[in-house]
Amino acid sequence: MFLIHCPYCGEHREEEEFHAAGQAHLPRPLDPDSMTDEEWGNFLFYRKNPRGEHRELWVHAAGCRKFFNVVRNTQTYEIYGTYKVGEMLEFDGAPEVGPTGSVMNWKSPS
Amino acid sequence: MNRFSGFGLIKQAFQHQEHWQRMWRNPKPKKHYDVIIIGGGGHGLATAYYLAKLHDKINVAVIEKGWIGGGNTGRNTTIVRSNYLWDEAANLYEHAMQLWEGLSQDLNYNVMFSQRGVMNLGHNQQDMRDIQRRVTANRLNGIDGEVLDAQQCAEIVPIMDCSGNTRYPIMGASWQPRAGVARHDAVAWGFARGADSYGVDIIQQTEVTDIIIEDGAAVGVQTKQHGIIGANRIGCVTAGNSGVLAGYAGFELPIESHPLQAYVSEPIKPILDTVVMSNAVHGYMSQSDKGDLVIGAGIDGYVGYGQRGSYSVIEHTMQAIIELFPVVSRVHMNRQWGGIVDTTPDACPIISKTPVENLFFNCGWGTGGFKATPGSGHVFADMLATGEPNTLSNAFNYWRFQTGALIDEHGAAGVAH
Repeated sequence: MFLIHCPYCGEHREEEEFHAAGQAHLPRPLDPDSMTDEEWGNFLFYRKNPRGEHRELWVHAAGCRKFFNVVRNTQTYEIYGTYKVGEMLEFDGAPEVGPTGSVMNWKSPS
Repeated sequence: MNRFSGFGLIKQAFQHQEHWQRMWRNPKPKKHYDVIIIGGGGHGLATAYYLAKLHDKINVAVIEKGWIGGGNTGRNTTIVRSNYLWDEAANLYEHAMQLWEGLSQDLNYNVMFSQRGVMNLGHNQQDMRDIQRRVTANRLNGIDGEVLDAQQCAEIVPIMDCSGNTRYPIMGASWQPRAGVARHDAVAWGFARGADSYGVDIIQQTEVTDIIIEDGAAVGVQTKQHGIIGANRIGCVTAGNSGVLAGYAGFELPIESHPLQAYVSEPIKPILDTVVMSNAVHGYMSQSDKGDLVIGAGIDGYVGYGQRGSYSVIEHTMQAIIELFPVVSRVHMNRQWGGIVDTTPDACPIISKTPVENLFFNCGWGTGGFKATPGSGHVFADMLATGEPNTLSNAFNYWRFQTGALIDEHGAAGVAH
């Protein structure tokens, strides 16, 4: 059972309040009219499937109903951190976890 | 290879069961093979078997990272059916179904195939319309199927609550009488023994760490334990690792991997002689010949490689099962496990040539690979022998995600994706 920190509510809540919505940071096509079938196929159907660190979009379905980003390890199921849509958080190497479960060595959002 | 028979059983009984033959050899790999199959699960072993049997390819190796049948073949709920909606999928699964029907005789190995019927429940008007459509499509394809009402469901499965007093009342079901279950381990062992008897080398405990490509064509594999093994053609049948293998060959697959879990109860007296599935409340159950209830669940909603599945899915599944079968509410669960299912965007497999010459992939079976085991092996063997897809596998090509010719089987796949 994941305990997920919602960056909008500011609280840790159980997994069942949330719903995973796939890979995060998918840029929409800037010029859709001139895209080839291959580019459309790649945009619509190809997703990262890593064994390890993965950035995902989740929605706080039974809470504030807002979408946010999660960095999670798909093999160990460790959640490194969560952050709001439109932000990007970087960290160096393995995350350093503080007493409240938050990641300490995040770089500030740019 | 000595054939199994009733006489052999009696003979061994008088010899204290000490002289049974080994079911397959444990050979040292050769330097070069005509065909290397990466992945010794059901599909890989079936591919090797049909390659050797039907295409006279005796110089074949199956390379398996762990032990054969230790992956998804041993981690499913053993259900076999062919009631898919679209022609392409229905024909492929029906091809598998016809092979299942003669498989024990063909392999000289009892895979315990039992055609006890599969019931897919409908809980609302839209479910029933979908069921009507799917059954009609099946019958047009020559596949058996019927639409049942709630009364008929209750007659076939008396322990099921068809009263209409539940949160999601049972309104009816689709019913495929020829569908059923098979013993999953026996399927892997039977195909392994059969392939071995035709001279296929089954190489276990050998991990492929790279695919060697020269001038855009695959020429061999790098292994951790035995160095480089050359091959004219390579077939990848590695559920849960397909993306990794594709990465070695330098291309990507439209696949996301999710855990799919299942449970087995303590063995009890016979109470259920068919398979009941429900997409709407999301659980499915059958009873094994040993007496334990085999219960399947949905996939985890997120990408994961933990072969357990998440806790919230357990609770969700148990709610569904107990609502359908109130009588099992005090049965203890013995075991829970999960397998990693490679799901494609259209819930159909990829059986295809790839951008790399002489390299073929058979992957992305999602939640429904076991039922296809003989059919999957049969068509993939054909592809590895000829280098080209046949009429059954042609639609399942890797390029359909760019051409748009998808085969959207989310509704008939049986598990929410």
